Formats: sequence, structure tokens, C-alpha cells
Amino acid sequence: MTHEREQGFRMATVPISIKPPETAPSSSAAQLPVKIAARDLNFYYGKFHALKNVSVDIRQNCVTAFIGPSGCGKSTLLRVFNRMYDLYPGQRAEGEVILDGENILNSRNIAQLRAKIGMVFQKLTPFPMSVYENIAFGIRLYEKLRRPEMNERVQQALTKAGLWDEVKDKLHQSGIGLSGGQQQRLCIARALAVNPEVLLLDEPCSALDPISTAKIEELLFELKKAWTIVIVTHNMQQAARVSDFTAFLLDGQLIEYRNTGTLFTTPSDPRTEAYITGRFG
Amino acid sequence: MSVYSVHAKRRVIDVASKILMGAATLVGVFFLFWILWTTLKFGLAGMHWSLFTQDTPPPGTDAFGLRNAFVGSLILLGLSMLMGVPIGLMAGTWLAEYGFRSRTANLVRFINDIMLSAPSIEIGLFAYAIVVAPMGHFSAFAGSVALAILMIPIIVRTTDEMLSLVGSDMREAAVALGAPAWVVITKVTWKAARAGILTGILIGLARITGETAPLLFTALNNQFFSTNLFRPMANIPMVIFEFALSPYANWQQMAWAAAFIAVAFVLVLSLVARSFLGKVQVPK
Repeated sequence: MTHEREQGFRMATVPISIKPPETAPSSSAAQLPVKIAARDLNFYYGKFHALKNVSVDIRQNCVTAFIGPSGCGKSTLLRVFNRMYDLYPGQRAEGEVILDGENILNSRNIAQLRAKIGMVFQKLTPFPMSVYENIAFGIRLYEKLRRPEMNERVQQALTKAGLWDEVKDKLHQSGIGLSGGQQQRLCIARALAVNPEVLLLDEPCSALDPISTAKIEELLFELKKAWTIVIVTHNMQQAARVSDFTAFLLDGQLIEYRNTGTLFTTPSDPRTEAYITGRFG
Repeated sequence: MSVYSVHAKRRVIDVASKILMGAATLVGVFFLFWILWTTLKFGLAGMHWSLFTQDTPPPGTDAFGLRNAFVGSLILLGLSMLMGVPIGLMAGTWLAEYGFRSRTANLVRFINDIMLSAPSIEIGLFAYAIVVAPMGHFSAFAGSVALAILMIPIIVRTTDEMLSLVGSDMREAAVALGAPAWVVITKVTWKAARAGILTGILIGLARITGETAPLLFTALNNQFFSTNLFRPMANIPMVIFEFALSPYANWQQMAWAAAFIAVAFVLVLSLVARSFLGKVQVPK
């Protein structure tokens, strides 16, 4: 853990720790329906056992954060949800991940699954094409639209990602020409354009400056009204700010999973406490 | 040894190696410019409008003409690209997108590297054996096969390398939208690497432009204008070879003119390739 992150974390925990646990945010969110349920999930990179009997419920219209030190399996868990591991021979998952009553690990229609579950990456990945085409790319995979309808869908997606006003005059310029924060919101807009139900974010802010990070975090508050969001973050302060639930992973095991306020104020496991107080990681 | 003498020693080695490297560069550049200058001097002397309007003259006349050879060379190059580019592009794409670092892929890369430095005369003999001998006569088609085989390894190598430079995140981002592999490759990764891939194709083209040995046993040469792909065809390298060795002054001049135009063509190709390469966006 870098010095900078440690500092940031302390600044965040001081105000949180004086709150009594019962006023912790989103304690009512526990009543929301479960969108994704992982049961006894095991994951292997070849012989390496990366996730060990992980069971976790991702609740609808909430932001769920996965935290933990590097190599703990938090990104691996996220990448199971859209079966990104299918790309790489030697990687496999065992157990159950239930989405809408179906075990996605056995799902045949991967394209349909990925349409339901959007993903945004740590690296900025605008495609080498215009802002407009970046958004239209995903839509064209599923729908054949006339130009006016497509224009509308592109505008909708960019508006939802809070980017429309900044790029409406440069829709036909290269997406790579945008600033870092704009590129990341373009990637979010691109994921939203195909109307997913879940949005997976793998350290979406670690390549961004603080102002761009703040914009994305604000955006998450808006987005969770319509989408279920899962975010992997290295930054505990960010997890504390944006999420309703937090899962702490260590060495491929899910150590603790509760609502965010409780986890950061009164962790039940000594390992969680050690991690959030910066004693390792 | 004191600290000072260590520093002094390093300074001497530094200066000495700078001088050696500068000298080596000068030697290389000197010969390059000498070649260019000679080609320019003799080539310009042989320049004549009728080079482009008349065909190669028979011996004993003082006419100038290379039209059949220019057209023949363009046809040969075009046909080799038609055969070589798709194969090279697809093989390179397979290596980068499907083969990764697997044993098969590395074996293919190893063989490709051998092909990259295979003597061109051997490739000519190979084309002779598989095309000319069965057909019973020399042909432009056989020449293009030989040139395409020379071009393929260059395209395979650059395509593989350029596609490998495209980050896996870009691929994953497209896959995460639900795009099938062929869409990811044709719409995203090829596009991301297009400048580099085009450069590879142009370098391949520049490489085969002046190749003579593979044409000796295949396209041969033709005194007359011909566009028949299944007959011998005139071409610039063979004309240079034949005319430069001839005793006729106008033929020798034409050889220089042809050499100059070939060099200029390769130079333009390289410049265009460089300008593309400047646009290669290496992902951060």
C-alpha cells in the first residue's frame, strides 16, 4: 500500500468511525432483492487456486465494493460475473453463480450474458474510432437501428454517463483524443448503451486524477438507481464513499461481507480490522 | 584505483565509443549516398518520355522504351499482393489473436523467421518446381507466386507484432460488450493496429520490388508487351539485369533509368510506410 493511499484512508475513517453503527448508510438496503448470488465459487488459474469457496449476494440497485490487498482475488471474482475468464485457456470456475435463476457458469449464450452485464476496466479502453462509433459499436451488436434512432441512443448513453454536454460537439472526433476522465466516462457510456442490468467496474478510477474520480463517484450514485453496480477498488476511502456493501477478500477467501458502514466501523474479523487500519496490504 | 581514475577511464571509453559509432555511421551513409548519387546521375541521363510510351526496343536500334516492363512489374507486384497480403494478414492475426505463446504458435513464428531470411533464389526454384515445371512454361503467375512467398513472412511478422501491441484490455472491453471474436478482430484490434499492419505490407512490397532472382526461373522476361498471366512477362528487375549486361549503349542507359525509377519507387514506399508508422498508437 502506498503512503498516499494510507493517508487518504485515515482522513476518511476518522469521521466514519465516530458514527454509531445503526446510522451507517444503507442499512435498509439489506431488504433489496439479490441480483447475483455466488455459491461455493472456486476459481483456478491453471493449478493456482485463486478463489476458495466464495459465497456472496450482490443486491439489486446497490453499489457493492470488493476490497483487499493485491492478488486477493477481488478482480478474479468480478471477472467471473461476465465470464471474462473464458478468453483464457487454463482458467476455470467451479460452483454456482446465479443470475436471474440461471447458473451463469453453465450458460451457453455468453453474448447474451455479457449484454446483461457491462464492464469497465482500469485501463482506459476507448476503441480506435470516433466518440459516436464507440457507443454505436455495442448497440450494433444487438440491434439494427436507423440513423435518427441511433443518434438518440448515443445521446441517451452519453447523457447517462454525464458526458453529453462535454462531447456533443466532438461526436465525430476520435475517442482517444478525450481527457482521461472523459475516456473513462465514454467507456461507461459504451457499457450502458447496450442496456445491461449490472455494471462491473474494475478499479475504474486508478488511472484518473482526483477531479475525474469525483465525477465518476458522483455518477455511481445516479447509476445505482437503475443499475446494480459492483466495483473493485484498491482505495478503501473510495469503497467507503461510494458503496452500500463491502466485501473484504484475502488470499482468495471472502473474509467479511457487510454493509459498508459496519464493515469500516466495527469489523468482526481481526484480519479485516488489520487491513482497514492499514496494518498490511 | 582511485575514484578519479575510474571516472577518467569511463570518459575515455565514452569518447572512444562515440567516435567509433560515428565512423561506422559515416561509412554506411557514405556508401548509401554514393549508390543513390550514381543511380541518379546515370538514371537521369537515360530518362526519356518514350520510356513510358514504347516497349523495350530490339537490339541494334537506338530507341528507348520500358513500357512493357513497367506494366509487367506492376502486374507482378499487384498479383503477389493479392496472394500474399490475405495469407500474411490471416497468419499474423492467428498468431496474435489465437496462437498467443502456445507451442504451435512459437513453432510457426520460428519457421516464419527462417522464411524471412531464406535466399530469394531458392524461393524462385521452389516456384519453378511447383508452378513452372507442371505448367511446362514460364509465366507471370509463377513469378507472382515466388514474390508472394517472399512477402508473406514480412507481413506475418509485422501483423503479429503490431496486434500483440494492442493491449488485452482493448480486446476484453470489446468482448465484455458481447462482441464475437471476429467482430473484436475486424472492428477493434485490426483498427487499432492498422497503421502498423499497413506499414508491414508496404515494407513487404518494397522488399519484392527489386527482387530478380525469383523471377529468373518464373516470370522470366518478355521482349514484347503482354498482360497474359500465363505467359512470360517483362519486368523491371529482369530488364535491368539483361540490359546492364548488354553491349548496347542505349540498353545500358535504359538499365540505369529503370534502376533509378525502381529506387525512387522503393524510396516513396518507405516514406509512406514511415509516415504510417508515425501514427501507430502504442497503448499506454
